[in-house]
Amino acid sequence: MRAVDAIVECLKAEGVDTVFGMPGGANLPTYDALYDGGIRHILCRHEQGAGHAAEGYAKSSGRVGVALATSGPGATNLTTAIADAVMDSVPCVFLTGQVRTDLLGTDGFQEADTTGITMPIVKHSMMIRDPRDIPGTIHEAFHIARSGRPGPVLVDIPQDLSRVDIVYEPNAALNLPGYQPKVEGNVKQIRQAAKALASARRPVIYAGGGVVNANAAEELTELALADRFPVTLTIMGLGAFPAPHEQWLGWLGMHGTRTANYAMDEADLICAVGARFDDRVTGKLSEFAPRAKFIHIDVDPAEISKNVPAHIPIVGDAKRILPKLIREYRALKADPARLDAWWDRLHGWQERYPLAYPDSEDQEIKPQYMIEALYEVTKGEAIIASDVGQHQMWAAQYYDFKAPRRWINSGGLGTMGFGLPAAMGAQVANPDQTVVCVSGDGSLPMNSQELATCVTENIPVKVFLMNNGYLGMVRQWQELFWDRRYSAVDMGVSPDWVKLADAYGATGLRATEKSSLVELMQQAIDTPGPVILDVPVTKEENVYPMIPAGQAARDMVG
Amino acid sequence: MGEEPATQDVLSLDDLHAVSGARTGRRHILSILVENKPGVLARIAGLFARRGFNIETLAVGPTDDAHISRVTLTVDGAVHPIDQVTKQLHKLVNVLKIRDLEPDSTVARELALFKISADEASRPQIVGVVEIFRANVIDISKRSLTVEVTGTDDKIAAFEGMVRPFGLVEMVRTGEVAMSRGRSAT
Repeated sequence: MRAVDAIVECLKAEGVDTVFGMPGGANLPTYDALYDGGIRHILCRHEQGAGHAAEGYAKSSGRVGVALATSGPGATNLTTAIADAVMDSVPCVFLTGQVRTDLLGTDGFQEADTTGITMPIVKHSMMIRDPRDIPGTIHEAFHIARSGRPGPVLVDIPQDLSRVDIVYEPNAALNLPGYQPKVEGNVKQIRQAAKALASARRPVIYAGGGVVNANAAEELTELALADRFPVTLTIMGLGAFPAPHEQWLGWLGMHGTRTANYAMDEADLICAVGARFDDRVTGKLSEFAPRAKFIHIDVDPAEISKNVPAHIPIVGDAKRILPKLIREYRALKADPARLDAWWDRLHGWQERYPLAYPDSEDQEIKPQYMIEALYEVTKGEAIIASDVGQHQMWAAQYYDFKAPRRWINSGGLGTMGFGLPAAMGAQVANPDQTVVCVSGDGSLPMNSQELATCVTENIPVKVFLMNNGYLGMVRQWQELFWDRRYSAVDMGVSPDWVKLADAYGATGLRATEKSSLVELMQQAIDTPGPVILDVPVTKEENVYPMIPAGQAARDMVG
Repeated sequence: MGEEPATQDVLSLDDLHAVSGARTGRRHILSILVENKPGVLARIAGLFARRGFNIETLAVGPTDDAHISRVTLTVDGAVHPIDQVTKQLHKLVNVLKIRDLEPDSTVARELALFKISADEASRPQIVGVVEIFRANVIDISKRSLTVEVTGTDDKIAAFEGMVRPFGLVEMVRTGEVAMSRGRSAT
């Protein structure tokens, strides 16, 4: 069969039901194979949209997301999504077309060095040089994308090679001698970790997106409940421990709760699971958790002792390690009363510093209230895909996630424009669930063209637009740290979002008063098909609390 | 952290010591086996560049297995956390094996070529130095000598120090290649 038909067979063998993409000259053969190949193809309006859609699909389902693009500009348009996927460890396979082999290196039409450009932002990439390698390469790409620390894998396929007649053998053996992710975790180290937990008087469990990726939320919760261990999560980990919960401190870092950040500051033992001590979490590294010893469980050995030296490193899959740790811990029969004083301290902070905001007395809609209303309308059970900025922080603060894979955001790269296409991908993977994109008037225009995709493909994403007329997060920093010199943050004239939705054939709604917001949100969710709900909110509201950049947890303001 | 059974002995957190990525303060020779595929060297070089690691010397060549190449590179452990360098290298799918060679149990050699200004008067003196270093003269002209030196980087640096006063026209070094001592493979 043609190599491209083999590609489609490989995708099906890998369980792919949907791919996102856009055709062009160099991947015409692939699209010919997709024409009646038996896989749903969603034509996006921009390759970046296709890339983020594949991420949203993957993040919300745990399955590998797939996006296709042609050579040159198609591939370069994918790069932001690839970088986003590597930062947040999202399992994706990107298939790019490449110019014919006789044109390679000659600056041919729509030629770009795709594997070269993407080398620093992929988990791995392969360029096809022999068409007989295509099936094996595709299977290897999926294996690498989903195993170990997940991430994006790119396969670049020259146009002429994809048309060659090859023999397709299903289930070709993988040939990856240099790739053997560690899974199990060292038993001695796990035992040591259990003893450290049993000895700790001020422990904190600090978990991240790795727990979500490992499908280990239940195991994490069980560990926490094996004693009264307080839990905090990174913004990537939301849902890995069910919020609200009496052992839940809130998430940590720059805009996390004071309780979570103060707990890290005073902890004597921090058990990090699938988290990487990002600068947005640690603040000033030299003053981060100065009293703590660290257990660090991660599937990627390079994360251990990268930023914070670990005392008990455990490399492996959280889903395999946590049950062993729980067993070892239970055997020690630690006295829960040793944590009483710690909980008194934590409760004191929780009472003194709850997440709160001064609500308006009139019909003005505060952004925080908007998220509370969203929580009420969706009963806390929607999939929330967020864009990047203030609205992202408020959504993470005021929407409690009870389960993993419901909070879809761009945490590492912080990609504005991520929200709508990611919501689209999440909706495709979860057709029976309510998917809401929380966006801002800065982020939404960056990929609003995907509204056409949603309408055409009947993907009923609800976009709740937090509209304050500013690039709000930048404005906040200018207000707080740059003497209110508001440089290039006023959005000026944005489109009339209701009319824009209408122009795309979607439904547009606008909130005008606080008292009817809940009702209007319900209407938006009940309306079939994609909807934009434009919600004008307080123009100059700040996200608090906040650890100013480069400062320590105890320097939190607001 | 020693061998301990799962007893109820209390563990003192104070006794735990971090496995840190601290600087070792010495030069490290990394011997890396990689799949012989296009772009592998670019991946290694790119990794060093984007993580801010500096490669001091680099030598690449085939091994006894046609599918496998060996990259020998040296990194300054005073500047970079070596464990982070090796862990990041391990993440490259085409990297098969990395050895951070222990200086005491390693033989390392480098080849250098020196083109040295030489006239009737200085030539015998230079040849004297060449003999002491067990180097070889491989080219000669009326105004120059070209010398081949093999040895550790210290030896080559010492040779350079000796011949520089005569006028060094140019020098080229291959970067060190190394193997572990004894019967077992590196």
